[in-house]
Amino acid sequence: MSGHEFESWFPDSGGIDYEDTATAITDATVEEMRQIAARYPQPRSALLPMLHLVQSVEGRISPAGVRACAEVLGITTAQVSGVATFYTMYRRRPGGRHHVGVCTTALCAVMGGDHLLDRVCDKLGIHEGETTADGTFSIERIECNAACDFAPVMMVNWEFFDNMTPAKADELLDALAAGTAVKSPRGATLTSWREAERVLAGFPDGRADEGPTAGEASTLGLRVAREKGWRAPDAPPPVPTPTDEASDNQGGAA
Amino acid sequence: MTVTAKPGEVVASDLITVFIDGTEVQVPKGTLAIRAAEMIGVAIPRFCDHPLLDPVGACRQCLVEVPDMGNGRGMPKPQASCTLECAPGMKILTQETSATAAKAQKGMIEFLLINHPLDCPICDKGGECPLQNQAMSTGAGESRYEGVKRTFPKPINISAQILLDRERCVLCARCTRFSEQISGDPFITLVERGALQQVGYYEDHPYNSYFSGNVIQICPVGALTSVSYRFQSRPFDLVSTPTTCEHCAGGCQLRTDHRHFQVKRRLAGDAPEVNEEWNCDRGRFAFKSARGEDRLTRPLVRDNGVLRVASWPEAIDAAVAGLRAAGSKVGVLTGGRLTIEDAYGYSKFARHVLGTNNIDFRARPHSDEEAAFLANRVAGTVLDSDTLSYTALQGAKQVVLVAFEPEEEAAMVFLRLRKAVLRNGTKVVTVAPYASNGSVKLKAELVATVPGAEAEALAGIEADADTIVLVGERAAVIPGLLTAAAEFADRTGARLGWIPRRAGDRGAIEAGCLPNLLPGGRPAGEVLARVDVQAAWGVESLPGTTGLDADAQLAAARGGGLALVVGGVEPADFTSADDVRESLDEASFVISLEQRQSEVTERADVVFPIALIEERPGHFLNWEHRRGRVNTVIKQPNQPMTDLRVLAALADAMGRPLGVRTARQALAELDELGAWEGVKVPLNRGRAVLEPAEGELALATWRELIDGSRSNDGEPALQATAKPVLARTSPEVAELYGLTDAVTVGNAEGWLTLPLEIVPAMAPDTVWVPAHAPGTALSELGLVHGASVSVSVPGGEA
Amino acid sequence: MTDVLTPVLSANWADERAWKLTNYERRGGYRALRTALGQSPAEVMETVKESGLRGRGGAGFPTGMKWSFVPKDNPNPKYLVVNADESEPGTCKDMPLMLASPHTLVEGVIISAYAIGCSYAFIYCRGEVLHVVRRLQQAVREAYSAGYAGKNILGSGYDLEVVVHAGAGAYICGEETALLDSLEGRRGQPRLRPPFPAVAGLYASPTVVNNVESIASVPSIIDHGASWFSSMGTEKSKGMTIYSLSGHVKRPGQFEAPLGVTLRQLLELSGGIREGHELKFWTPGGSSTPILTPEHLDLPLDYESMAGAGTMLGTKALQCFDETTSVVRTTLRWIEFYKHESCGKCTPCREGNWWLVQILKKFEAGRAESGDIEKLLDIADDIGGRSFCALADGAVACLTSAIKYFRDEFEAGMHTPAWELFPYGRSALFEVADEREGAHA
Repeated sequence: MSGHEFESWFPDSGGIDYEDTATAITDATVEEMRQIAARYPQPRSALLPMLHLVQSVEGRISPAGVRACAEVLGITTAQVSGVATFYTMYRRRPGGRHHVGVCTTALCAVMGGDHLLDRVCDKLGIHEGETTADGTFSIERIECNAACDFAPVMMVNWEFFDNMTPAKADELLDALAAGTAVKSPRGATLTSWREAERVLAGFPDGRADEGPTAGEASTLGLRVAREKGWRAPDAPPPVPTPTDEASDNQGGAA
Repeated sequence: MTVTAKPGEVVASDLITVFIDGTEVQVPKGTLAIRAAEMIGVAIPRFCDHPLLDPVGACRQCLVEVPDMGNGRGMPKPQASCTLECAPGMKILTQETSATAAKAQKGMIEFLLINHPLDCPICDKGGECPLQNQAMSTGAGESRYEGVKRTFPKPINISAQILLDRERCVLCARCTRFSEQISGDPFITLVERGALQQVGYYEDHPYNSYFSGNVIQICPVGALTSVSYRFQSRPFDLVSTPTTCEHCAGGCQLRTDHRHFQVKRRLAGDAPEVNEEWNCDRGRFAFKSARGEDRLTRPLVRDNGVLRVASWPEAIDAAVAGLRAAGSKVGVLTGGRLTIEDAYGYSKFARHVLGTNNIDFRARPHSDEEAAFLANRVAGTVLDSDTLSYTALQGAKQVVLVAFEPEEEAAMVFLRLRKAVLRNGTKVVTVAPYASNGSVKLKAELVATVPGAEAEALAGIEADADTIVLVGERAAVIPGLLTAAAEFADRTGARLGWIPRRAGDRGAIEAGCLPNLLPGGRPAGEVLARVDVQAAWGVESLPGTTGLDADAQLAAARGGGLALVVGGVEPADFTSADDVRESLDEASFVISLEQRQSEVTERADVVFPIALIEERPGHFLNWEHRRGRVNTVIKQPNQPMTDLRVLAALADAMGRPLGVRTARQALAELDELGAWEGVKVPLNRGRAVLEPAEGELALATWRELIDGSRSNDGEPALQATAKPVLARTSPEVAELYGLTDAVTVGNAEGWLTLPLEIVPAMAPDTVWVPAHAPGTALSELGLVHGASVSVSVPGGEA
Repeated sequence: MTDVLTPVLSANWADERAWKLTNYERRGGYRALRTALGQSPAEVMETVKESGLRGRGGAGFPTGMKWSFVPKDNPNPKYLVVNADESEPGTCKDMPLMLASPHTLVEGVIISAYAIGCSYAFIYCRGEVLHVVRRLQQAVREAYSAGYAGKNILGSGYDLEVVVHAGAGAYICGEETALLDSLEGRRGQPRLRPPFPAVAGLYASPTVVNNVESIASVPSIIDHGASWFSSMGTEKSKGMTIYSLSGHVKRPGQFEAPLGVTLRQLLELSGGIREGHELKFWTPGGSSTPILTPEHLDLPLDYESMAGAGTMLGTKALQCFDETTSVVRTTLRWIEFYKHESCGKCTPCREGNWWLVQILKKFEAGRAESGDIEKLLDIADDIGGRSFCALADGAVACLTSAIKYFRDEFEAGMHTPAWELFPYGRSALFEVADEREGAHA
């Protein structure tokens, strides 16, 4: 069994959730939308980042968010809805504070992703696509996240969690549930899914300098080459690793 | 069928030779393979392809094999013939000669059917469905699909009128492309992704487009249906008749389908030079008015103050008695619904039978200046495709709109202008109080103009012979504007078009339904012109003095000074509805020729029932001066009487036979008379100055396409798609009067309170209100475009 | 003869804080930019052409030639768009590059934009990689501050705006025309070609769309010269490139080597297949490239040799699966990926993948029937080469190659569930207590 049970009845498809009309969008949000639009030669290019901004404010794509995007860009709400429903990162219903993704595309699935997803769902007591009652976690089955040399892979708030095992997943979820600071092995200290969405909208959170340069697997070839003395022709020999301006802020979390 | 990729642009040197299934074909450069195949009678199946939409290549049904691109090399994969431009020497193999193409097409139809419901027996499209036809002709007899079909709740209302069955949809995107590329109303769009992709809308914003019905017609499956026609008939039980739309001066060719002596639906006809393959929702759906219980089927006469049913001879006798008593103190109001033949009947009836020039088709605010302008610039002109036509609009460098809102007043002019703007880069300039939704979709440059200042605004626009100026009916109420437009055209070399709002208007001018014009554009005051007509009609004399226009007739009728013969006229269409009612009440005698009970029939002394548009032949002249044939759709043993037949009967009874009784005879006589080539009625500049009173604003207004017109009655789904009724002002006006979300507009006659939209670039000191929203016709307050009105915060008017 | 591994792009990935501008500059970063600005755009373009650099995003189209298609006389602005939407299953080379050394890409963007003559460049990065987006955003800000981007770059008079744009989850946006629609704020669905992006791309203006690795290779080419670059690799596949080794190998990871290295060589360097197991099948360049078997271990991993073996070099994503792996299961999961990621625009991809998934599920559950293999192949035949873009071709590629090499496993799917033939827990990298599939069966 693949885990994807086959569906053919789609009563809720076709748009966002119109029932819940609550909104936290303010004039300041709209002003930020205009700032995003100003980055591009043509404002409509800003729609994807603007929808990320809506998620950071609303925790989902809300009717008010759709209307605000349409107004700022001068397009119809239907056009915004068409875009919002096309991309998988846009949520119709509120996600958790921490959004957990488990890769189950072929390679990760085979190497344990399927089991990891089961484990995470069992542990949190929800199904994929759902959010825990306390709003802490939501779970999503994700497609290949470009970290196959670290398989099986999980993501939390779109930060990498590499070489996962059920035990490591348990540990991760427990720490997040307890509110302990958790660092991505190739990223920053976890904030929240909404804060991550704000960065994707183009408003940096000042955490770019956290985390390592690369993971172990990423530097494997480089290390092998160094061991063997291999290098590209005529290129200058490797310079010593720069060390200054290095560790003062290493991994420093806010 | 369109066989060239770019109609109208083909010259011989552009022809290239391609080979389709081994047959040599010459096609214009740029022709798509799918159309080249049509030229030799090979129909390649297709769903997403539509000749008037941009190629998309989405459904992949039209795959062909290309063994040679014209350079000796073949294409490795089958190609979508709907996106494949022919190249010189190209060899194309369709399903007729290529097993690869046939297999590919068979595969596509199988894919399209795996998720398609088996509901053909209850689907409106069954019997005229391209998917069904294709499945029957090339689909497999048995399905190989054993899986689960995709299902959605169905149908959903994407507007009050349009229903969507997503399960039936093959995602060809014709509807969404139409809404974006043609009408510019992208309130429907593809939503979701992959196998879940579907046509969607935003729940708070339904697909309220004036052109929404077209998506039903171009849907290649039964995914889109109308509330109006759903489950009304099977296509194979309908009889189709081509005809011309009676709603506006666009002249759309239609296909009217009927069954059981009832029109079941109307579709856009195929008229590349006019409406292409589109029409507006009013033309498509508004055919229920007068088909209900208030239809008049028998004559009525007033007896002791009460209308009662009468026999035809009795009614004719009563009418003749009334007319005899009135003598020459009679006027004729013909309205905008007449075919040219009926209009000619009224014109001849007025002159020859009644002996008067008191005739006017203008059942709307009008002026002497307009009558002179129409006689001077419009009457007697003939269709010239190169100069003033839909085609000419499409090729113009610049189009200037003056007191004219094409999307509201002539929807096909709007579509053609939008095509010109998008395809040809035509620049549209609009002299208007604000940039309407239609103007925005035309990317029009707004010359924000206070009503009354249009002539000055026009004078400031650069123009040359590549410019077309289009003026609309409300120009009549701006003193000096029509004259200024004529002079502007003379000075700059620009071409000038006058586009009335109603289907009968242009023909009425040719027929002579104006107090200053005889048929064929002949000035009534010109002796030679009268001689022409006298000779043609075999009469000794015709009245030589200019008659009373509609307003003057109504004024004269007040106090009983005039009898009236009234065609399709509604009091609410005039400047002041109450004045008209009063005139009808007080007129010495009123004869009404009508299809359904109305405020006129209620006040008439004799009422004659008149045939519906589907029950009679004739022609409309559209704004281009193109004749559009009206065909008898429903034939009955006792065909209802036309206006012309009734007038002929009255004329007989009056002892001055009309000489024509049928549309054919009337048109032949008018044609025989020909156009006037002599001196024309001179322009007559109106001198009044429109200025709002101290502390008041200028009223801007026009009629919207789907409004309170009685012709929209009986079709609630259509009426529900009307634009919201609201007023508009500039931010400055709003601030000055402290207006926020609503406004009260009015005069001494009364008040209207409407929601307010604040429009940034709007002309100063102006308030816009729809002229004839359901229940709020401005004529009830006696208000016209340019009138002075006071505005206030709602609640403060008392 | 060049060395087996030739780290250039990855040379600084082990550096502390390699993503910082100062550290990048210390290694000679932005030297190439100065060199380029000292030349005419045409000279820069010529160097890239001469180098023989081919697109590293999968199709392998010569990069310099792609640039030269931009019409000089087109009055519209020109645009450079970097395709950083790395999403092809198995592909994981661009993300580490941008995470470790975003300036390599940013410098490449500025040089390439200069060569093409554009004043606006976009880096379209998939959204699901937060930290990569952070590092890119910061690198671009640093470049602006240092005068490498913005107005009058290094006093040359050349202006360039660089925008980092985060996507929102759609594999199809890796297809260049879909990416452009997405960057215009639309649904990411592929566009009709012609017109090609070089003539009418972003905002209907001339646009070059290049993969991250292609653009990141440009500074080294300008720095060391075209002949340096072309001294690596094979006759028609020049230069170094990043190979991503993943799956059941002892030490998965990134290996930067001249084009033409073999999987056998790379496996040796990574310690081979995990202990006690052997290679069963592998992909040369992601799931969209037909799979290969151990018999292909010695084929040079270059464009020509892969084409000769009926597959494609693709993104050089070498996913290795050992003998515990069910081919049926893996194929199903790949097709599910394509079904999920199909944009929906064209019929064969949208409906075909929907159908294939249902049939493959029967195979996985051991419930397939006689004739179902032929049905799969026939459906694949109706999809492949019939769809609007290459997405569905990729889907068909993994399916047909799987049947070609492992037909017996599909035949077994007519009577035995895949999880019985290949207990899924054995493929996992960790101990699985319960046999999950049995519980569901």
